[in-house]
Amino acid sequence: MRTRRGFIKAAGATSALAALGRTTAAHGQSLGRVVVVGGGYGGATVARYLRLWSEGKIEVTLVEREPAFVSCPLSGLVIGGSKRIEDITVGYDGLRKLGVKMIRGEAMNVDADKKTVTLRDGQVLSCERLVLSPGIDFMLGDMTGLNAPDAFEHVPHAWHAGPQTVLLRKQLEHMKDGGVYTITIPLAPYRCSPAPYERICQVAWYFRNRKPKSKIIVLDANEEIQAEKQLFQAAWNGPYKGLIDYRPNSNVTEIDTATRTATTDLGDKQQADVLNVIPPQRAGFIAQKAGAINVNGRWCEVNWLSLESTTRPGIHILGDAAFPGPAMPKSGHMANQHAKTAAAAIIELMNGRQPSPTPVMSNTCYSFIDDKNVIHVTSTHTYDAAEKTMKAVPGSGGTSAAANELEGKYAFAWAKNIWHDVLG
Amino acid sequence: MRLRLLAPLLVLGITPLAHAQEATLARNLAGACFSCHGTNGNALPGMAPLAGRPKDEIIRIMGEFRSGARTGERGTLMPQIVKGYTDAQVALIADYFSKQKPEKGAQ
Repeated sequence: MRTRRGFIKAAGATSALAALGRTTAAHGQSLGRVVVVGGGYGGATVARYLRLWSEGKIEVTLVEREPAFVSCPLSGLVIGGSKRIEDITVGYDGLRKLGVKMIRGEAMNVDADKKTVTLRDGQVLSCERLVLSPGIDFMLGDMTGLNAPDAFEHVPHAWHAGPQTVLLRKQLEHMKDGGVYTITIPLAPYRCSPAPYERICQVAWYFRNRKPKSKIIVLDANEEIQAEKQLFQAAWNGPYKGLIDYRPNSNVTEIDTATRTATTDLGDKQQADVLNVIPPQRAGFIAQKAGAINVNGRWCEVNWLSLESTTRPGIHILGDAAFPGPAMPKSGHMANQHAKTAAAAIIELMNGRQPSPTPVMSNTCYSFIDDKNVIHVTSTHTYDAAEKTMKAVPGSGGTSAAANELEGKYAFAWAKNIWHDVLG
Repeated sequence: MRLRLLAPLLVLGITPLAHAQEATLARNLAGACFSCHGTNGNALPGMAPLAGRPKDEIIRIMGEFRSGARTGERGTLMPQIVKGYTDAQVALIADYFSKQKPEKGAQ
C-alpha cells in the first residue's frame, strides 16, 4: 500500500507512469514477455528501454547473431585506416546487467499468430509482443554473379560492420599504389544515404596520404549524389581533386568476382583491383518470414505511433526494415529513435492503454571527410495524423555549412553517447 | 481510500491520468535527446549534459538557438533541430531534464 505522501511525490515525476501502472499490474508482477530479434541500433535500444521504462516489469529476450555490437556509423574510419574495428565494437554486458536475456543465435522463422520465433538451433521462443529489428538483406536477384557463398570474400560489401569492414580495409592495404578501387552504389532507398559518399572520402583520404597514384571509380545507379551533395562535391573537387571518377546513372547488374569486374545494365564493364559491391537492399529476411513485408516486396509498413506492423498485429518493426516516412533516413540514429517510440508504446499497450498520439523523432548523421573534418545532416519528424505518417517539420533540419573540425569532435562524442544510450 | 489519496490533485484541476500522460509525453519527447545527450540527460564527455539543468535555462538556450541570438557556443545542429519542436514541447522536455538527477560518472 502506497502512502499518500509517496503517491503525490511519485505523481510529480516520471514514476507517475509506474504508479498508475500498478493499478492494472500488481506490484512486482511481470507485464509479459517481449522477444527482440536483432541487436543493432534499433533492437538493442528497444530492449534497453523496455527494461528501463517498464521498471523491469517486462521480460525481454534479445536474439543476436554476433557476440558484440559493431557500429556501422564510424565504420568508414576503419576503412580509411584512422580507427580500428575494436574502436567501434561494444559488448552486450550493459543489457545483461539490466536483466535482458541475451541469446546468441539466428532467428529463422516467425509464427505471427502464435507469436513464436524459431531459432536455427531449434529453440522456440514465445512472447506477447515481438520486435523485429533485422536491418537489411541484399537483393541478389537484381545483381547476378554473387550467389556463391564466398562471393563477398572477393568483392566485399562492408555494408554490415564487422569482418566485412576489416576485409575491405585489408584489400585496400594490399592494393598496389596506382591501383583502382571501384565502388558500386545501388538505387535509393538503401541503408544510410550519405554512407557511400563518406566511404569514398575515406578511401580518398587513405590514397592521398599513402597511395597517391591510385584512383577511385564510383558506379552510382542514382542520377546524383544522394545526400549532402554540395558538401561531398566540395571535398571531391577540393582536397581529393583528381582522385575520384564519379559516374552517375551507372546501374551495375552483373559482377564477376574472379576478375573483379562490374557490368552495368548498358553493358559497360569496369575491372578493379578492389571492387566494393553494395547490392540493392530490402528488410532483413526474418521480416519476410513474419509476413510483415508489404511495400514493394522490400519494406515493412508500420503504424508510427507504435512501430507495429500494419499487417501483423503484435509484431513491431524498427530501423532500416521499416518503410520510412518522407525524407526519413535509414540510419542507426533513426533506428534508435524508432526504438524509444516503440518501447514507450509497447509499455502502454501491455498496460491496456493507448500509445502517445504525438511521437517526435530527430535524426543526426555525421560524415567524416577525412580523419578530423566532419559534415552533418539533421532532420526532425512529427506524426501527421491525417496521412498516418511521420513528416519532416517544415523549416527544421539542415546540414553543415562546410566540413569542420569542431563537428569532428562532436561526431566522436555523439558515437560514445549513442552507444551508451543503445547498450548501457 | 484511493479517492481520498487523489483528492488533492483533483482540487488542482489535474486528474492523475492527465498528469501521468503528460509525464510520459515529456519523457518520450526527451527520449529523442538522449541519443546525443545521454540517457536522462547524463551525457558522456563531449556533449552538453542536461540532467538537473534548470528548466528556465534550457528553455532560454533553446530560444536563443531558435532565434539565432545565441552567442559564444552558437551550436552546430541544435539551431536546426530546435525548429522541429514547438515551444510547448521544449518546455516539457526542459521540465523533464530539470527533474533528473545528475549521475556520477557522467560529465
